[in-house]
Amino acid sequence: MRVNGAVESLDVQPWVSLLDALRDRLGVTGPKKGCDQGACGACTVLADGVRINACLALAVQYDGREITTVEGLASGEELHPLQAAFIRHDGLQCGYCTPGQLCSAVAMLAEHRAGMPSAVTERSGELTEAEIRERMSGNLCRCGAYNGIVDAIRDVAAQEAR
Amino acid sequence: MTTKYAETEQRQAAVKHVGRPVDRVDGRAKTTGEARYAAEHRHPGMAHAALVHATVARGRIESLDTEAARAVPGVIEVLTHENAPPMKPAPKRSLLNLSSLASGTTVSYLGTDEVHWNGQPVAVVVAETPEAARHAATLVRVTYRELPAVVDFAAEEPNAVQQKGSMIQPAGGDKGDAAVALAAAPVSVDLRFTTPPHHHNAIEPHATVAVWDGDHLTVHESTQHIAWLRRHLALRFGIPERAIRVLSPYVGGGFGGKYAVWAGTLLAVLAARATARPVRLALTREAVHRTVGARTPTVQRVALGADAGGDLTALIHTSVAMTSRIGGMPEGVVSPSRHLYDAATIHLRQRLVRLDLLANTSMRAPGDSVGSFALESAMDELACELGMDPVELRMRNEPARNPMDGKPFSHRMLREAYEVGAERFGWRERDPGAGSMRDGRWLVGMGVATAYHPSMVMPAAVTVRMDAGGEVVVRCALQEIGVGAATVQAQIAADELGVPLEAVRVEIGDSELPEGPGAGGSAQTASGAEGVLAACRKLKESALALARRSPDSPLRGRRLDDLEARDGGLHHGGDGETYAAILARAGRDHLEAGGRTGMLKFLARALNDRRRWVKAACGAHFCEVRVDQDTGEVRVSRWLGVFDIGRVINAKTAAAQLRGGIVMGIGMALSEASQVDPRTGRIMNPSLAEYHVPVHADVPPIDVQWLDVPDPTMPLGLLGIGEVGITGVAAAVANAVRHATGKRVADLPITLDKLL
Amino acid sequence: MKPFAYVKPADVAGAVRAVSGEPGAKFLGGGTNLVDLMREGVERPDTVVDVTGLPLDTIDELPGGGLRIGALVRNGTLTADERVRARYPVLSQALLAGASAQLRNMATVGGNLLQRTRCPYFYDHAAACNKREPGGGCDALGGLNRSHAVLGVSGSCIAAHPSDMCVALAALDAVIEVESVRGTRRIPMTGFHRLPGDTPEIETELAPDELVTAVELPSAPFAARSRYRKVRDRASYAFALVSVAAALEVRDGAVTAVRLALGGVGAKPWRAHEAERILLGGPAGEESFTRAAEAELAGADVRPGNAFKVHLARATVVATLRELNTGEGTA
Ligand SMILES: Cc1cc2nc3c(=O)[nH]c(=O)nc-3n(C[C@H](O)[C@H](O)[C@H](O)COP(=O)(O)OP(=O)(O)OC[C@H]3O[C@@H](n4cnc5c(N)ncnc54)[C@H](O)[C@@H]3O)c2cc1C
Ligand code: SF4
Ligand code: FES
Ligand code: FES
Repeated sequence: MRVNGAVESLDVQPWVSLLDALRDRLGVTGPKKGCDQGACGACTVLADGVRINACLALAVQYDGREITTVEGLASGEELHPLQAAFIRHDGLQCGYCTPGQLCSAVAMLAEHRAGMPSAVTERSGELTEAEIRERMSGNLCRCGAYNGIVDAIRDVAAQEAR
Repeated sequence: MTTKYAETEQRQAAVKHVGRPVDRVDGRAKTTGEARYAAEHRHPGMAHAALVHATVARGRIESLDTEAARAVPGVIEVLTHENAPPMKPAPKRSLLNLSSLASGTTVSYLGTDEVHWNGQPVAVVVAETPEAARHAATLVRVTYRELPAVVDFAAEEPNAVQQKGSMIQPAGGDKGDAAVALAAAPVSVDLRFTTPPHHHNAIEPHATVAVWDGDHLTVHESTQHIAWLRRHLALRFGIPERAIRVLSPYVGGGFGGKYAVWAGTLLAVLAARATARPVRLALTREAVHRTVGARTPTVQRVALGADAGGDLTALIHTSVAMTSRIGGMPEGVVSPSRHLYDAATIHLRQRLVRLDLLANTSMRAPGDSVGSFALESAMDELACELGMDPVELRMRNEPARNPMDGKPFSHRMLREAYEVGAERFGWRERDPGAGSMRDGRWLVGMGVATAYHPSMVMPAAVTVRMDAGGEVVVRCALQEIGVGAATVQAQIAADELGVPLEAVRVEIGDSELPEGPGAGGSAQTASGAEGVLAACRKLKESALALARRSPDSPLRGRRLDDLEARDGGLHHGGDGETYAAILARAGRDHLEAGGRTGMLKFLARALNDRRRWVKAACGAHFCEVRVDQDTGEVRVSRWLGVFDIGRVINAKTAAAQLRGGIVMGIGMALSEASQVDPRTGRIMNPSLAEYHVPVHADVPPIDVQWLDVPDPTMPLGLLGIGEVGITGVAAAVANAVRHATGKRVADLPITLDKLL
Repeated sequence: MKPFAYVKPADVAGAVRAVSGEPGAKFLGGGTNLVDLMREGVERPDTVVDVTGLPLDTIDELPGGGLRIGALVRNGTLTADERVRARYPVLSQALLAGASAQLRNMATVGGNLLQRTRCPYFYDHAAACNKREPGGGCDALGGLNRSHAVLGVSGSCIAAHPSDMCVALAALDAVIEVESVRGTRRIPMTGFHRLPGDTPEIETELAPDELVTAVELPSAPFAARSRYRKVRDRASYAFALVSVAAALEVRDGAVTAVRLALGGVGAKPWRAHEAERILLGGPAGEESFTRAAEAELAGADVRPGNAFKVHLARATVVATLRELNTGEGTA
């Protein structure tokens, strides 16, 4: 398995989830555990660029795949534009849902670029606020930082469009 | 107290960082995954624990079969009441020892065969891996001798008993004869409201990593109150406080759920002691629901009488809430009715039922959030009855002094909040007729409600250290639960000392630091601010004293009050000196100052303060909802909150707190409820899939505004913002739904079945 | 989660061999339901056969204009397929209304077909549940049953089928293709799930050793005008209280083709045959829509907690048909 670009070889029992493999075995604690049931999105990571809930994935299923966590978003000291935008727009409070929101947002923008629809997609394909909210609804934030998160994503989407 | 903060206005001149939308100092750590939360600390040899929960509401354990669990490879120990080392009983509650309030329940976990609620931990499995612990926990077989249990809140209502009042929280009160006035009132409403139990559901589940080193204990914990936790652990495990270190630099949300000490924490420490291994106990989401108390359900009656002009002649607000036989905090449910309206007569009562359920606990704005739902819904209904605009009705009854006792408000700008809000929201465009506004298949409604939450200050010990290079370190064991604790105190210290914000580092989250207040009661920022201001002042005094020793110092002969702290030093007009220069001349490499308020002094001051003033943050919520004409689905489409919260320290984090409260209020209004099976007392939706907190799609853009006028009696003039945001929200939604549909929903949450 | 062996065959033959004669073996798709239930101790397989390596992840044209969807196509991929969006919008919409983007990226078509109920008593070992432990009783009957089914229920079980996708598939007359060591067979979607009766633990016609390999959608030109409407307790990321999959063709005011299926109310994805019968050939309008909905719901067996679903289902059926008929209210 490659985690944030580094090859990690790991010998785990099949009952170990991808999330626990990352957090407990590899010490990659960016992905968070909020529910362990697929119901909060805190564990969102990218598997070959696709966002998934690592808590419901068995680590063995992801043998040989490229996993990106929040730790892998920045390039060196330079934050990913979404990370910087989250800080600027205060898209976080306690920070516990934040890694999941960030990974989710990165993939969400890619999904939208690739033409994936959502439950509110209009034919225009514009990334409206309603679109962002629907597409990000798999990431709960109990602190209620939703407005800041949406603002941050819009900001970055607009930068990308330019 | 007024004089103490009189310099607030003067200080304004030097303000550079306070009030500004400064980015969070820990933004980088939190967005890169560097920030480590309690469960993410690893220790050599660390084992993992999992809980076994009782499946009956009350009874005694008859038999325990742990053999299958022990046979799971990797299992180290299965602790039960038969083999667990003893723990001291929970301390008796006393206001003089505030941390005695820290125990979530009075149960001696694993010290007894008694079961007091459905879900109580009856065994703890410790294993080499979390998977083995969790699996083995499912294999522990327990049989019970069941005892009759009282678990159905609704059915117990008739058996409620009068709640006893306390110095801090009266449980009732009368002004005149409200019953008579109500009967005589030309216009009146009389409504019954219910609210369900709510669970905090911070996204980070409670977690503890406990490490014993001889009689020394280190605990990584997700807590809202480091000091209480440490004291409580000392009591329960019979070791001195100084032998315990609690580390809690990042807390993944609390909302009251991490204020008290619950079973998981104690059992992790116990398991670590029993196994002589570092132990991690990270609660599952289910275990959070089963072992951490929730907000009490309530039944409330609000009856209002008014004359034809809308002046309130009678206000009756009574409530029934729960506590548990094993603890629980009686909530001040009717509290908003003490403060909001200038009614000629008032009758307030709180009653309680005691249940065989897990003890309830405070959750964001205890009392006020549920109480304001009832009161503010009833006011809206009265406005409908009167045919009067609900804002106007409120303004007509806005009191000049506290209605119950005539005490002055230290500060109250609710009128201004409504004025600003009505204008900004476009309230005038509201057609008052129920169901009169539509947008396609959606019925549109607009509602208002008042937010109100008392303000207070707790003692905080703070030290400030400045080194010769100009670096400032502020130290206080505050908790960062999302409020930006370090960020705002850095802003305050930077301004107070006149140094750049970048020069200030705030150390929090460690019991080795000077003792901080808890993150609760909306008091952490104000309390911390008071400590920081005092410590900074002392530090400046020391600097000045050093400077004055030297005949060369331009500060010679000056008094601190004549000086301005800016540009990294103390100045008087063009004259002045940097701290660096003062330190260098004196041959010192640093200065340090600080102090703390003793508990007795604090209590005396707090009581004196209470006698003189009623102080609170308040605000006006305006919301717009859409209700589907066919299905009754409710969507909140627009929100504005205008708040009177005194001085705002950080425009970003303040807005976040207020919005966060509103979001949680939207959940309370529309979807949140812990579902307790009335037959068994078992929570049947202990998951985030079935306990519906608002998701992105439920939350509209939320416009928050504040009046930004400092309160003269509070440190820096700030009133506390963590809780006021949620108060009134559910009522504003219910009132908007009433406007959209003509239906008054008095039972939370407002799910669509209530609108069909 | 109990310990288990894990195998990941590379072809269908290997997969069906791996479960043949192994009653303790289970297929694993995206894992979003199975892993959850294993962690809760509800599912306790000895062997998990990961099928995500099988070459069943394509969507292919069928002669005559239908589509054949491989069982391992991810739910997310299916929502985005242009052919599905154009020819069977109801299916794309149903999937998009379910779960979250992350879960849809993981979940497979086969797994979605076989996902199990969200009845809270089914998940809780402290409760009696005939589905989890046959013969143990059903705590939902006299308990909290707001989320439960009103159609097709029995005295043994009132659990609602949770899938959105399946409701659309039921409306579209999909056919499920399955394979085992005994060969291949095809099961119509409407007969794929079973009603609980006295054996709520048996949920489908699929034998334990049979692998779902594909779902076939027959050509249905009128389905280009179809819609999925889901009603739930929050705006997203929640299971349906009631959902409606509908396709409607109206010519000169008369219904010339109609498909209707309900979710959230049925013990299985509920094809509304009775309502379709009433609608077909009759006038399209509020009155007939209501009559049809009422007829379909006439047999509802309600409890105090879920009685509202009858009204809600009727209102949602009427609203969805109205919308398809007039093109109104799409906002
Ligand atoms: C929080 C949450 C919210 C959700 N919300 C919704 C919702 O709103 N609407 C909705 O419809 N669904 C919802 N789901 C359920 C989700 O859609 C299902 O979990 C998913 O579709 C299952 O697919 P999977 O591939 O992950 O199945 P798995 O979990 O891998 O398997 C599920 C079952 O199918 C069997 N199986 C898998 N593949 C095959 C095959 N090819 N042949 C035979 N048997 C097979 C497995 O043995 C297992 O019994 C939600 C799930 C979660 C966790
Ligand atoms: S409704 Fe069905 S799944 Fe739910 S408890 Fe009863 S038998 Fe079990
Ligand atoms: S931890 Fe995976 S979704 Fe909550
Ligand atoms: S920032 Fe706390 S849960 Fe989102």
